[in-house]
Parts: sequence; C-alpha cells; structure tokens
Amino acid sequence: MILETRGIGKTFGSVLALRDVSMGVRAGEVTCVLGDNGAGKSTLIKILAGVHQHDAGTLLVDGQEVRFASPRDALDRGIATVYQDLAMIPLMSVWRNFFLGSEPKKGLAFDVAKARRVAREELRAMGIDIRDVDQPVGTLSGGERQSVAIARAVHFGARVLILDEPTSALGVKQAGVVLRYIARARDRGLGVVFITHNPHHAYPVGDRFLLLNRGAGLGEYGKADITPQELTALMAGGAELEELAHELKRE
Amino acid sequence: MTITADERVADVGLARRLLIRPELGAVVGLVVVFVFFAAQSPVFRSPAGIANWLDPAATLGIMAVAVALLMIGGEFDLSAGVLTGTSGLILVTLATRFGFSVWPAMLVGLVVALGVGFANGLIVTRTKLPSFIVTLGTFLMLQGVNLGVTKAITGTVQVSGLRRAPGFEGANAIFAGTVEIGGTSFRVAILWWILVTAGATWVLMRSTAGNWIFAVGGNEQAARAVGVPAARTKIALFMTTAFAAWLVGSILALRYTSVQANIGIGQEFIYIIAAVIGGCLLTGGYGSAIGAAIGAVIFGMADKGIVFLGWDADWFKFFLGAMLLLATLANRLVRRYAEEVRH
Repeated sequence: MILETRGIGKTFGSVLALRDVSMGVRAGEVTCVLGDNGAGKSTLIKILAGVHQHDAGTLLVDGQEVRFASPRDALDRGIATVYQDLAMIPLMSVWRNFFLGSEPKKGLAFDVAKARRVAREELRAMGIDIRDVDQPVGTLSGGERQSVAIARAVHFGARVLILDEPTSALGVKQAGVVLRYIARARDRGLGVVFITHNPHHAYPVGDRFLLLNRGAGLGEYGKADITPQELTALMAGGAELEELAHELKRE
Repeated sequence: MTITADERVADVGLARRLLIRPELGAVVGLVVVFVFFAAQSPVFRSPAGIANWLDPAATLGIMAVAVALLMIGGEFDLSAGVLTGTSGLILVTLATRFGFSVWPAMLVGLVVALGVGFANGLIVTRTKLPSFIVTLGTFLMLQGVNLGVTKAITGTVQVSGLRRAPGFEGANAIFAGTVEIGGTSFRVAILWWILVTAGATWVLMRSTAGNWIFAVGGNEQAARAVGVPAARTKIALFMTTAFAAWLVGSILALRYTSVQANIGIGQEFIYIIAAVIGGCLLTGGYGSAIGAAIGAVIFGMADKGIVFLGWDADWFKFFLGAMLLLATLANRLVRRYAEEVRH
C-alpha cells in the first residue's frame, strides 16, 4: 500500500464527519470511494490531501504513520489531489496553469520556453489533444480541464492521484475521456483514489471499492467480490431503493 | 502528429494573438487621443509638448503600474494616493524640522510606507475582509494623520523649505531633475516610470512571482491548493504599491520642495481608472503593466492637451469618465471575441 488509512475519523465541533474508515491504494491500482452526498467523501479526501488533519485512527504512507501539516506536505510525499471545481485558473493559459506553484527556473526567471514545451509534450504523452497551450484554460471543456490537471499531477511525480468527483459535472462522452486518462495514469504505475457517486463510472475502472454512508465505511471490496448491481444497491442503501421502488409503483 | 497539432496553432494567426492582449484597448485609445490633440495643437506634438504631457503621465504611471499588479492579484488599494502624501510629508518634515538630511529622511519615509503596505496586506490576508474596505480605512486614517500631524508641527497645512536641507541637490537630481534629449528637457521621473513599467512587466510575464500574481487574482483557493504562497504574494503586492507611493511622493516633494497635507486625496481612483483602461479586470486575474502605463499616458495627454487647446480644465473629468467607459467596453468586446473564436 502506498497510502492507507486505519480507522480514521474526523469531527467538526459536534458533527461526526467521518468515523472509523479504513482503506488503501496500491501502485497501479484504482481505489474508488463511493457515497451519496454527505457520506463523508470530501472529508476523507481532504484528510488524504493534507487540507484537514484526522483526529482518530492512523494515516500511513508506505506503511509509515504520518500526519500532513498542509497540502504542500502531502504533495511533497507524492500525493496529488485534483479537485472538482478548483483545479484550474480559467483566465490563465494552459502552460501557466500546468506549472503553477512549481515553476521551472532559469536563473531567477521563470523558464517560460521550457514550461510551454514540457506542457505540450506531457499533454501529448497522456494522449490529450489540446490545440494551443497558450489558450486560457477557461476556453477548455470540463473534461479537458480535468485531463490537464491529471497530466500535471503525473508530470510532477505524483505516486498517488486523488480525484474529487472528476466526472460528476460531465456528460457521458466527456466522462469517458476522463476515465480513459484515469486508466492511463494507473497504467503508468500511479495509485489512484477516485471519488465519485456514480457506480457506473467507478466499476469499469476500479480495482477496489470503498463505500461510505453517513460518515462511516460500509466496507472495502475487491472487484472480484462485488457486481455492479450490488455496488449500486449498496451505495444507494439497498433497502431504501426497494422502498422507493415500492413507493413509486402504480397502484 | 507534431505537424497536425502545430498547424492548428498556426491558424490562430498574428491578428488574434494581438487582439487578445489586455492592452489592446489602451493602445487604440492612445492613438485616438494623440491624433485628436496633435491635429489641433502644434505645441502638443512638438518635443517640448511631448515632454510636457509625459511628465504627469510618469508620476501617475508609476502608481498605475503598481496598482495594476495589485489589481491583477485581485485586490485594491485606496490608500495609495494618500500614502504618496504621507511619504512626502515625512521627507520634508524630517528634513526641515528635525535636522535630518534628505537621504535618511527618505529612508524613514520608505520604511513607514512599506509598513503601511505590509499592514494593509496583513489585515486583508488574515481577516479575508475585502481590500476595498480595509484600505478605505487606512485611506481615512492616513488622511487624518497627514493633516493632524502637519497642523500640530507647523500650524499650517503644508510643510516647505526642503531646498535648504542637506543632501537636497543630489536627491533632487536623481528623483526630480531633468534630462536633455535633443535640446528638449525631459523630467527624470519619466525614466523612473519606464524603469518601473519594464520591471513590472518582466515580473508579470517572466518570473515565478508573476505566475503567482495572476493565480491569486484568478482563483486564490485553486492557487493555494497547488502550493502558491497566496498570502505572501498579496502582502508583497501591497508593499509594492506602497513602494511606488513612496517613490512618487518623494519625486513630488523634491520637485516642489514643499508638500500640502491634503495631497494625493482622490488620486487612488485615477490610478485604478488608468489600470482599468490598460486592460485590468476589476475582478482580478487579468491585466497588464504596459497597459496601465499606456492608460497613464492617455491621462497625461488629456490633462495637458485640454490646456493646450485652451479649453476649460473642467472638461478633463468628463473626458476621464468617457475614456473609462469606452475602454472597459472595448476590453470586454475584445476578450469575448478572443474566447469565442477559440472554441
């Protein structure tokens, strides 16, 4: 396991946002974190990303217990997070976004030529087809934006990539594009934590599945142990779904 | 593979690349205003006339460029105008009433100005209050201090007599002197302005800090998430504006050898207007230092051009407002065009 949690928990004042969640991600594997709104997905990834600190359980990187002081701290250990909404700065060009926060230097200056060249090369290596790295990110589609963010994390030597609902705001085709880049990152040997509330996106690409409900884990399953139907049922709370079906039935 | 990707880049074209530059609106404005005044006034287009309208452009431009950087970083500084007064008052008061020579007096002014900039930045980044409110507070406080302290020390609302202070000649030559070019004397402030504009442009386009400035103005949270030191960047920007205020305050104090306690009030909006004419967005994350410098030239031209034409100086304000509206509209159209076609 590159990244692992054991019985991790977090409270905000009197609110138990997360309790006793255990999960892990290996190199070259995709661990999907599934849950409905308010299940604790965001809290979990914020702990993994170093934004929040856990106050119960343990967090391990390469089997060693750690406590991230900041997002930078997590990044320095190779854990990169791509957030759903704040991944990119719309008015800035693709290459400026690509190197934001880790600009290549040439003496005192920002090596602009290198930044342009490397951004173009890295995007192409991931199979991302962008017309012009000088165009503002705001002119890219949602899927392209997520893809650029993924390519950026891969370039900066991320060993674990945490993706916060990368497909949730996208149409079917765009979501497919992003899933393909997730698979490509996995094939390059990264561990991927893929947060989603859509089991249809999670199942094809995932190797392990962690289900969250109301801040608690409903268990972690390998792909062999669970079918897509079971996954969907578990996620929605099987009983609740049946109840709903009953309610909606014609009299 | 390489060729296909590059072909699509090529058909973006030079015209489009120029069009999406933030300073385009300002350049068009510059040409229009110059032609307007130059066509009617031979003095306006003479070397002496150019030296004449470049001078107000220079002192305004130094401030506009610093304010543009701050605005690209997503913040305002309403205290910048009054701070030019504070810096000048400290210089003249220390040099004429407390036996300082000019250089140490300027140094004290610099330290105080940078302190004010640091305080502005610290309050804004720590409290997350809008900088509009925070610097409105500093603006009023400084305005009060400028008047109150000056009155308490001199009994009037101005301090004067800097000419007699030791070190005046040297400092005056460097900050307020003139340079002969082809028989016309230009204010040395113009050189400072060019220097500040070039430096700011380099920082924005070619330095790491420039990338951070665009980022904190464009989306501060996103910037912080990828490790940009957002608070430090913003504090540095406030201190840059304060530095510019000190430079301009010192230039004006050394030039006139006296300072009015109410100097600089109302200028803060002129700086912002020049920056906006130069292509800065009020919402941050977009703009240019050269644009702001050009915005300042437009002001200098109008300021002096109206006098050359023998018009009533009151028309300057009308002109100001019209320029601001036109430039903002032009910038918006250009940006929309640039983004539409790119899809």
